[in-house]
Order: sequence, then structure tokens, then C-alpha cells
Amino acid sequence: MTANYFLSLSIWLPILAGVVVLVTGSPKNSGCTTRWIALVGAVLGFAVTVPLYLYFSNDTASMQFVEMAPWIPAFNINYHLGIDGISLWFVLLNSFMTLLVVIAGWVVIEKRLAQYMAAFLIMSGLINGVFAALDAILFYVFFEAMLIPMFLIIGVWGGPRRVYAAIKFFLYTLLGSLLMLAAFIYLYFEAGGSFEIIKFQILPLPLGVQVLIFLAFFMSFAVKVPMWPLHTWLPDAHVEAPTGGSVILAAITLKIGAYGFLRFNLPITPDASHALSGFIIALSLIAVVYIGLVALVQNDMKKLVAYSSIAHMGFVTLGFFMFNPMGVEGGLLQMISHGFISGAMFLCIGVLYDRMHSRQISDYGGVVNTMPTFAAFFMLFAMANAGLPGTSGFIGEFIVILSAIQVNFWYAALAATTLIFGAAYTLWMYKRVVFGAVANPHVAELKDINKRETLFLALLAILVLAMGLYPKPFTDTMHATVQQLIEQTSVPKY
Amino acid sequence: MSMFSLYLLVPLAPLVGALLAGLFGKALGHTGSHVVTTLGVAISFVASIVIAQDVYAGHIFNGTVYTWLTTEDISLVVGFLIDPLTVTLMLVVTFVSLTVHIYTIGYMHDDPGYQRFFSYISLFTFSMLMLVMANNFLQLFFGWEAVGLMSYLLIGFWYTRPTAIYASLKAFLVNRVGDLGFLLGIGLILAHFGSLDYVTVFERAPLLAQDSILLIPGSPVSLLSVVCILLFVGAMGKSAQMPLHVWLPDSMEGPTPISALIHAATMVTAGIFMVSRMSPLFELSETARSVVLVVGASTALFMAFLGIIQNDIKRVVAYSTLSQLGYMTVALGASAYPIAIFHLGTHAFFKALLFLGAGSVIHALHHEQDMRHMGGLRKYMPITYVTTLIGSLALAGIPPFAGFFSKDALIEAVQGSTIPGAGYATFAVVAGVFITAFYSFRMLFMTFHGKPRMDHHTLEHLHESPWVITLPLILLAIPSVLAGYLYIEPMVIGQYFGHSITVLPGNGGMQAMREEWQGVNGFIEHGVMALPFWLALAGIACAAALYLKWTDIPAALKARFGGLYTLLDNKYYFDRFNEVFFAGGALKVGSGLWHKGDITMIDGMMVNGTANLVGRLSARLRRVQTGYIYHYAFVMIFGVFIMMSLWFVKA
Repeated sequence: MTANYFLSLSIWLPILAGVVVLVTGSPKNSGCTTRWIALVGAVLGFAVTVPLYLYFSNDTASMQFVEMAPWIPAFNINYHLGIDGISLWFVLLNSFMTLLVVIAGWVVIEKRLAQYMAAFLIMSGLINGVFAALDAILFYVFFEAMLIPMFLIIGVWGGPRRVYAAIKFFLYTLLGSLLMLAAFIYLYFEAGGSFEIIKFQILPLPLGVQVLIFLAFFMSFAVKVPMWPLHTWLPDAHVEAPTGGSVILAAITLKIGAYGFLRFNLPITPDASHALSGFIIALSLIAVVYIGLVALVQNDMKKLVAYSSIAHMGFVTLGFFMFNPMGVEGGLLQMISHGFISGAMFLCIGVLYDRMHSRQISDYGGVVNTMPTFAAFFMLFAMANAGLPGTSGFIGEFIVILSAIQVNFWYAALAATTLIFGAAYTLWMYKRVVFGAVANPHVAELKDINKRETLFLALLAILVLAMGLYPKPFTDTMHATVQQLIEQTSVPKY
Repeated sequence: MSMFSLYLLVPLAPLVGALLAGLFGKALGHTGSHVVTTLGVAISFVASIVIAQDVYAGHIFNGTVYTWLTTEDISLVVGFLIDPLTVTLMLVVTFVSLTVHIYTIGYMHDDPGYQRFFSYISLFTFSMLMLVMANNFLQLFFGWEAVGLMSYLLIGFWYTRPTAIYASLKAFLVNRVGDLGFLLGIGLILAHFGSLDYVTVFERAPLLAQDSILLIPGSPVSLLSVVCILLFVGAMGKSAQMPLHVWLPDSMEGPTPISALIHAATMVTAGIFMVSRMSPLFELSETARSVVLVVGASTALFMAFLGIIQNDIKRVVAYSTLSQLGYMTVALGASAYPIAIFHLGTHAFFKALLFLGAGSVIHALHHEQDMRHMGGLRKYMPITYVTTLIGSLALAGIPPFAGFFSKDALIEAVQGSTIPGAGYATFAVVAGVFITAFYSFRMLFMTFHGKPRMDHHTLEHLHESPWVITLPLILLAIPSVLAGYLYIEPMVIGQYFGHSITVLPGNGGMQAMREEWQGVNGFIEHGVMALPFWLALAGIACAAALYLKWTDIPAALKARFGGLYTLLDNKYYFDRFNEVFFAGGALKVGSGLWHKGDITMIDGMMVNGTANLVGRLSARLRRVQTGYIYHYAFVMIFGVFIMMSLWFVKA
């Protein structure tokens, strides 16, 4: 197809909108202009990603919508963009979730509204850059740059322990990525002076080197996913982050870690991936079982959903390291679906928090009596979180379990315990928060969701159901890329 | 209208009704909501009758509706398999659902959640139909979980009642334990058969009959046995077989119409249907059938005992349902799948009838469920009494009521089975007949006979329920009388099910029955001469003696056998064990992992430990920087001195 700039637009348009919001937003205007500029920016930002799906060709595994321009010629660093069946959905998902976050923050954010909106818009562009970058340094720059807005979002608009959480988040993710940078520089010299990720993928590397590079990447991505035992920053970050921050953190940022495994670990170090798969599988299953049990005893709704996110991401890494197309596609489906569901869960908790200023489960009870419409939406998302068929939450888990059972029955059996744990922690929380008689005068005064809140919950509800009932369009775009990836990983490189 | 659109119409009509009542309930109002949902189910019922005629004429359909997802070279689809087994279930489901819809108009008329209730039961009907019409395991699982969801929502329908929301969560979680096994069974099928399509899997099954699988290194076990047992674990959850039965008695917290529809007639029989559908697999594994037989027999017998001591009218019927599900499961284990489905059908009618009859009583007594506060109702509620009597006679297995035929056939089939566990199963189902008759008539006598024991106010206002409640009772009473007599010959002896059920030659006792068959009247003659019939009469006589004549004996017995009573009263301590061991254990482990693992180990030692270490080291290092020039000068000179000495030494 002819040259186009949809990827560049999807990166720079939100960033530009963010800058405009920042410049025009001042304490003088009431915030109304700021909101509308932010909304227009977010809508346009999402609109330019839609052609990516419409014009995407399912038949090829090669990169599409490629853009290439020299950036730092001295080191052969290029502004090289492109997407394939793996990255396509995350650009769309990210731009869409940003739109929802803008709507969700409409009247809720009272201090520094312009900066808040700008941070999300700029972050949205940077994250699209992460998914679209084909040059390792470009990837690295986007990867690091997106930490800054998130750091600010937690640190400025966060809860009482926001500084601890923000620094913990920042240090954790930064430490990992420094090792990744070292690996990039090594690969640069091996590849004869190129930072092209595609060239990295075809480099022959001895097993010992592969293991080291694998571990360097692992440190960077396992923190992001996050995988046990590198996960403890996530509950803290979620609890302190404002609703929008939690939504993007859970729905998008975690996916970057998993994406990294697919883009870097599996194709660049396939033999090390095979050699260390037992280790990754063990960590993934610990995530499902251990974290599932920990989620059960949480008293804070956000912490509970944060732990549940870790457990759900365990399925993603489990699927990837089954080394069959089904596992990878199952993992990808789980990532997309988790984007919708975790986003929805955090938005639901946000709706409650805006009214009650508490996330403690014990402060609630009988919400259904005063907020029936909300309760219905929350039920749908809770069921999706518990992996009910017909919702998107089912597909990923189901396909990963089907793929794991081909490798080892017990992998699947342990992973499938999520049927019980996932239902137990989600529905037990739901029961304590929503069902029952009105627990206290605060609950008695609750107002049901307004039109704005109904809008973003309904959009997510439609997506959760649509994907659950007809996931084929999603997998259709993945087959070619995933097939090539599996072929790459099955051929020894040394 | 083509047959295919008719197939689609069957599940979609209730779905549309459910969506209309659910989303636009306020606009539609009470009448609008019950009209659209009831109409939807009625359309579904009529369409099922038309489809049944077509299937009986030999037109079997197996095809895809749409492709859900493709991965590797596997297509997962939504599709229908319409054969005699499917249409039987379609007819039962839509008929019972229709009667329950009508009944609900009366039963729930003053409930604030009226529209929501109709939406739920229609959505349940849709889910159940998708389950039975599936032509593949994926859709089966979809329906399986969807009916579980509806059961969850309906048990917790009165969401302000703590007992109801507790029971709904319990039901969902216990079912999920079963689903875990079910899902793994489906996973093994895909991994080894390469397909989730029923027909493909059944065709390949004989080729894999000798395959084994290593679950524990070094000891291979039969693949099909593992698959069948895992699938059966799913059935144990849904069809409430021991030890996964614990949710069903508690599910009585839901409104009575759904106890009839979901927890007696349809959803709980999904496991029975599923195993029958999988008969080509189960027939290849005697081990699995033995497991099925023993689990079913234990449920049939032990749950019947619990029915004896209940005072809550709905709980008597609930334990009776558990026990009867055990009977059906026994039939499955004995390879008598047609009889299991036959009993499923007759039971659906008479058990829905008993539940709705109980509901009619509860409604008349202003939500009183304790039988100790009832009595003498037959004068005030004649239609409810007669229909409940019919239901009880059918349940007890008295000819010519429906239950007699299905139960006697079932017992005969079990007697003919020779697989391990058959002897125990035979004892259990025969002994169960006495107990069944006893608790059924205990309930009938305590409720409808004797002196009225309710308070004066209630007694004064006592009258028969409105026609929307009694009409469904009458509608259900008709098949409770006739279904057995009419259908035993085609279903059990004839080729009603065609190829939809597979029974390998030599398996089970149905063969003998077919050879000795002398017509339906011969079956009755033979039945009244046999032990089960006399046990049933004895059960009724005992109930009459204890609850009509010498009414002080039960209390004396209770005092005499205190230990036994305590055991039964605590339901064999299953609930207590689950609460302490599973629920309590999971919370303890979770809390331990969180505090010891996440907070102490990872955060305390690794994360903040590192931070603290860096902090402490820098605190030490900071002391070096004193700020006095002569300190720095001294260190510098000392350094230069060391370096120069090294240089000299090296030179």
C-alpha cells in the first residue's frame, strides 16, 4: 500500500493535543475549554488509529504502515515505525482507553485539570510509539519517556502515599530497562552497527549470550508485566494512582511488558527462551495461584483488582512460553481483553470512590439498592473478570488453557484454578460491596451513575460482550504474524 | 420458513424477550414485560414441537451458525445438532419454562423486581437451549456457564437477604469446581482428538480407546477414562452429585418458580444430558462408568435420608431432587442412557409440579415455609392438593403415574449391570424407593392433612391460589400422569433416540429388558409384583402411620436416635468441612502469602531492604565528608604516599 502517516499521526497527534491543552489551560478559564480541547484531541487520536485496522492486511507477517527516516545517522539510528498482527491491537486499545480516561476525568479532576489531561494525551502518544517502534533506540526512548507522565500522574494526582508509590514505580521500571539498553548496545555491535529490531531477530547468537540477553530483557519486561516476585510495585501504584492512571496502568502499561516478550525475547533469543521456559512457566503459574489467593484477602478494592491483574497477566506469559500459535494468540487475546476489563473494573471503582472517597470494601454494602444501573454494569465486568464465557475475559484464558494442556496436563490444571480463584475473589468482593441491605447512611445517599458515566461504562460493556461473542476478527489479524513468530522460535540459532 | 431459521428462532425468541424486559422493563411495565417474555418462550415451545415432528420424521441437522474463532488449524464454532436427544430436551425445557413463566405472573406479582425476574428466567431459557442444542464442546461450555450465571443471579434474586446472596455465591463457586474438571476434560479432548466437534470426536473415539496418558510420571492411565471422569466432574457440579451437591439445598433461597425451573427440571439435569450426549465416550471406559455409578448411588441414597428430617417444605423437595438426580446418574453408569433421559423427562414434570405446588402453599401462607406451621390445607386448596398428590404419587413410583415407569425401568437396568459398583448401586436405588415414598408422603401429610397449625389470622384468609398459579399445576400434572405410560415403549424399548445415544452391546441391563418386553401393560403387571412397588407402598404406609395416626412417635424416635439425627441435621458435616477446610484454608493461605510473602519477604527484605542497605551505607560514607580541609589534605597526602610506595615497590 502507498505511503501514509497513520502511525506518526497516532503518536504525534495526541502529543500535540497535549501540548495545546497545556498551553491554553490556565487557572483563568474555567476548564471548559481545556476539557473540550482534550476531548477533541483524544477523539482525533483514536480516529487516526482506526484506518490501521481498516487497511490492515491479514495475509502478511511483514510490517505494515512502515515509516522510515534517519534520526541520528552517526549511530545509524532511525525513526522506523511499523506494526504487525501483534502490535496492531495495542495501538487501537491505547488510543481508545485514553479517550475513555478523558471522559472519566471530565469533572472529577479539580486540581490542575489541564496538566492532567495533557499528561494522558502525551502518554498516549508515547505508548503508541512503544508499540510502533522498529528501531531499538526509538523503542527505548518511547519506553522510558512514557514513564515520566505516569510518574507525574501518580505523584501529583495520587493518594496519600503517592510519593512512595511513584518512586517505587519509577525505580522498579527504570532498573530493568537499563539492562535492556545494555543488551541493545551489545546487539548493535553484533548486527554490524544497526539498531533494527528485525535485524536483531535474525542474528545467530551462542546460547550463553542468548541467556544473558534473555535475562536482560526479562528484567525489563517482567517488571512491567509484572511477574512474581517483581510485582509489588503494582498494587502500591494502583492504590495511589487516580482512576485514570490506574486504567492506563492496568489496561496498557502492563501490556508493554508482555509485548516486549513477544517482540524481543522470543524472536531474538529463541533458544534461551526454550531453555528458560520452565522458569517463566513456573513464575506464570505462581502468578495465577499465589496471586489468586492473595487477591482473596484484600480489603481495598483497587488492591484486589491490581492483584487480579497480575494473575490474569500470568496467563499471558504462560501462553507465550507454550511455543505454539494457540498459546501466543491466547496470550494476545488475554492482553486485549484484560485491557477492557481491568479498565472497566478500575472505572467502576472510580465511580464509587468519587462518591464515597473510600476504596475499603468494608465501607460499602448494599450499593445495588441505590445504584441499580451501576450494579448491573459492575456485575457484567465482575463476571468478565471471573472469565465467564460470552465475555472477553473467557477467550484468552480458555485458549491458553487449551494450548497448555497440549504441553503438560498439570500446567493447564494449575492455570485452570483461576476458574475458582477468579470467581471467588471477584464475586466475593462484589457481594460485599453491592449486595445486601444498605449498610450505612453514606450508601443510602448514593446517586446512580449519570449520563457521562453510563457512556464510558456502556462503551466498555459493548466491547467486552462483542469480543466475547465474536472474537474471530481479533485472531484473524494475528495468524500470519504469530505463525512467523513460532517458526522463528522453533529454529535453533547457534 | 426454513428449518434452519426455526432452529434459530427457538433460542432467540426467549433472548429477545429477556432483552426487552431487561433493558426496557420500566417502559414496558409489568404486563408488557411478562407478555414479551412469556410469548417468547411460547414461540420457542411451538417451534420445538414443529422441529420435533421433523426430527421424528428422520431429519437430523448438524451445522454451523457462525465461526467464533480460529486458531492454528482449529475452528471453534457456534452450531446446532438437532437430533432426538436434543429435541427431547428442547421440549422439556420450553414446556416447563412456559408453565413457570405463567406461574410467575401470579407468584411474583407484588415483587419490586418483577421485570428483572422475567428477564432472568427468559435469559436462562435461552442459555439452557443453547446448551442442549450445541453441536460442539465449546458451545456446550458456553451454555454450561451461562446457566450457572443465571442460577447465581436467581438464587441471589432477593439481594438484600444475607442467606440468599451467600447461597448464590456458594452455588457459583461449587459449580466452578466442577467446571474446572469439565474444562480440563474439554482441553484433553481438543489436544488428543484435534477437534471440539461432537461428531468428529465421537468418530475418532474408538481409535483412541487404547491410548494412555501420563498424569504422574511412570504410571500411564487410560486417556478416555481420564477424559470421561473429568467431564463427569463437571456433571457432578451442575447436577449436584456428592460431594459437590452442597449448593443445591441452599439454592432454595431463590424464589420458588426458579427452584422448579432451574433447580429441579432443567439446569440440574444438564449433567445428565451431557453424559448421555457423550455416551460414545463413556461407553469406552468402564472405569469412568463405575465412578459414575458409585457417585450416583451414594447421592441417591444418602440425600434421600436427609429429605426425611427437613421441616422446610422446599428443602424436602430439594433433597428429593438431589436423590432423584442420583438415580439418573446411576442409570448413566449402568449404560442405560435412554432411561436416564426418560427419568429426566418424567422427573422434570412431576418435580416442577411439586415445587410449584409447594410455592402455591407458600404463597397462600404469606411466605411461610415451615411445615410445622401448616396442616389441613387440602380443604382450602383443593387444586394444589390434588396436583401435589399426583406429583407425590409419581415421585414415589406408584403406577400408573409417570415416575413408576421411569424408576422401575431404571432399577431393572441397574440390576442387569455387571460393572464394579453395580451391586452397591442396586441396593441404593432399591432402598431409596422406600425412603422416597416415605419423605414424599410425610411432606404431603404434614402440609395438607391433619389439623391446621397456622395462626388464626392466616387461617382466616386462606384460599386457593389464582388461576395463573393453578393452571401451570394442572398443565404439569397431565404429563406427570401420562408421560411414563406413553413414552416408555418408544424411549426405552424402541429406537426413539436413534443414533444420538450409543450403547455398546453387552453393556448394562437394557438389553435384557428389551428381550423380555411384553408391552406396557405387561410392564405394569410385572412391576406391581416386584419389590420396589411394595417398598413404595410400605413407605407411604409408614408415613401415614407416623404423621397421621401416631403423631408422637417421630419426636420419640428423634430423641431415641439423637446421634443419628445430629448427623443428618448437620447434613453429614459437608458444609462445615468446606467452610473450615476450603474456604477458611484458602483465606488463611492467602493471608499468609500476602503478609509473609509479599509484605515481609519481597517488599520488606528485597525491595525496601535494598533501599535501606543503600541508605545505611551512604550514612556511613557520609561521615568521611567532614568538611575540614585538613582531613581532606591528610587523606590526599596519605593517598599520594601509598601510590608512590607502590610505584617504588613495583620498580
